[in-house]
Order: sequence, then structure tokens, then C-alpha cells
Amino acid sequence: MTATTLPAPDAAADGHGHGGGHYTTLGLDNRKIAIWTFIGSECMLFASLISTYLIYKGRSIKGPFPHEPWTEPVTGKVFPAILDIPVTSASTFVLLMSSFAMVLALAAVQNKQLPKHTLGDKILGSSKLWLWVTCLMGVMFLGFQAFEFTAFIREGLTIRTNLFGSSFFTLTGFHGAHVAVGVCWLFSLLAIDYKRGLQPSDATNVDIAALYWHFVDVIWIVIFTLVYLIK
Amino acid sequence: MATDTAHSAPAAAAAHDDGHEHPGWSTYWKIAVILFVLTAVEVSAFYIPAWETSWVYVPSMLTLSSIKFVLVVMYYMHLKYDHKLFRSLFTGPLIVAALTLIGLLFLFSKLSIRLGLVG
Repeated sequence: MTATTLPAPDAAADGHGHGGGHYTTLGLDNRKIAIWTFIGSECMLFASLISTYLIYKGRSIKGPFPHEPWTEPVTGKVFPAILDIPVTSASTFVLLMSSFAMVLALAAVQNKQLPKHTLGDKILGSSKLWLWVTCLMGVMFLGFQAFEFTAFIREGLTIRTNLFGSSFFTLTGFHGAHVAVGVCWLFSLLAIDYKRGLQPSDATNVDIAALYWHFVDVIWIVIFTLVYLIK
Repeated sequence: MATDTAHSAPAAAAAHDDGHEHPGWSTYWKIAVILFVLTAVEVSAFYIPAWETSWVYVPSMLTLSSIKFVLVVMYYMHLKYDHKLFRSLFTGPLIVAALTLIGLLFLFSKLSIRLGLVG
């Protein structure tokens, strides 16, 4: 044993899971430090993508445009404002509520050993239920995004059409890819839960997945306001 | 083993900071309701012409969005309750990212400051 690690039971004495993790001299799980560092780096990635979108906003020479209709000068064809706020609002609600389901999944894993007397306790204490809800909401969000992208392509906006298309598809595409990774991660946790049951000792693993999922959610909060709601 | 013993006390203290006081169901659902309401207000504002065309629209949207961001980070990501090192690992890059974004917007003339250097 080195000076920089602690035996897991010492550090896990507060009820935090230790499923294989190492602890620093601060008593913090290395995996949590890693995920927070990763999230910090992701902040910078998304800041660069959002900056690019905002810098190019309003600089497209030809349409379609996000909030204003556009008439093709040669053919006279009119393209309506392309962003569909009602659909995106619905997908935003879905993603926000998936974060709520995710914290309940984590709480269910952390409190697995507590007795469950009432039906409410059983529902709140079911990690499988809340992981399923989170996964399905994540899939639903991806479905909304696929619907939006295909509608845009049908209406004549692709990643190569103009500056708006390039920056929009890059930004929201990167975010969608992050959601897809998160959904795969959550399904893997669900598979473990079905195989052997997630225990309080697995709480840190679930917590790390939850942190990633919430981060994807907060990024969407920013994107939704800056890209969709502010003209 | 002496090393282990020496590390046990600070470890226990830090582990305490690391998350003994995570909120429960009652806090989580309240936050969910607040997030839902704030998003509903944002979307409604988009469809209210008087609001959407006024100068308060953009600041109000940014404020609502920031409140939602902070609520998720503090309560759902437990940053309010976790060790301060995690807070630093997140807020440090976040500040750098925000400053970079603002700097780039100034650089590309998307934002400007009126200095009043006339005459």
C-alpha cells in the first residue's frame, strides 16, 4: 500500500461506495476527481462550439435562417424560419426530467439497504425503474433530435448549406453524440442492475454516470437558450 | 501501515465533506418543479411579442438559463454538498470557458463596450 492510497473501507466509511476505486490522501475517490476534471474540459469544448455558433450567427449569406424566413433569389422559393421551438421545448422538458429521474436512480442505489415499507418507498427505492425512465427519456431526446435534423435536411438545411447550418449541426450534433454515449452508459448500468443488482458499494459508479448525464443536461440548458430562444 | 493510520483521520474528514448531506426526494422534486416552471416561462416569453421585442428579453433569458444551470449543478450534481476540490475542478474551467467565450464575442464584434472616448 502506498502513501497516496487508502484502503477503500476507511474512505468508504461514510457510506460512499468503493467498488474498486482508489482514494487520494484527501479521502476523495480518484474516479470522481477524474470525472470532474473531464467535465471541466468538456466545458471548454462546448464553450468553443457555442462561441463558434454565436460568432457565425447572422453572417450566413444565404438561407434557410434560424428565426427569419428567406426567399431564394433565383427560384423565388420561400423558406420559413427553420427552428421548431415547440418540438425543441418538448425535448428540453424531457431532458430536464431525465435528470430528475437520474438523481432518483442514484438515491435508490445509495439507499438500497433501507427497509421499504410503503408502495411509495418501493417505487422511490427501485433503481431499475429510475434507470429505465432516464434511459427512455434519453432515447426520446435523441428521437426528437433525429426528427429535427431530418426535418431540416428536408427543408434544405444541411451542414454544408451555410454558416448557420455548419455551426448549428456541429454544436447540436456534438451534444447529441454526448447524449448517445450517456444512454449507452446508462443501459450498461441497467444491465448490471439486472445481472447482479446495483448495491450501495456501486454508488460511486452510478454517481459518475449521473454526473455525466447532468452535465449533458446543463449544456442543453445553455444551448436551448442561446440557439433556440434568443434571436 | 503507519502511513494508512496517518491518512485515516483526514480521509474520514474529507470523506464527510465528500457527500454525507446529499439532499433527498423532497428537495429533488422541488428542484424538478422549479426547472419545469422556469423552462415554461422561457418558452412563453418567446411567444409574448411585448417581452420578446423588449430590451429585457435577452437578459431575462440569460438569467433564467443561469438559474437552471446553477440549480442542476448545485443540487443534482451535488456540488453544493461535495468536497470543495470538485467545485474548483468544475468552476475553474467553467470560468476560463466563459471568459474565452466573452473574449471571442468581443474579438469578433458581437459584443462591444461604449467607452465614451469622444472628442
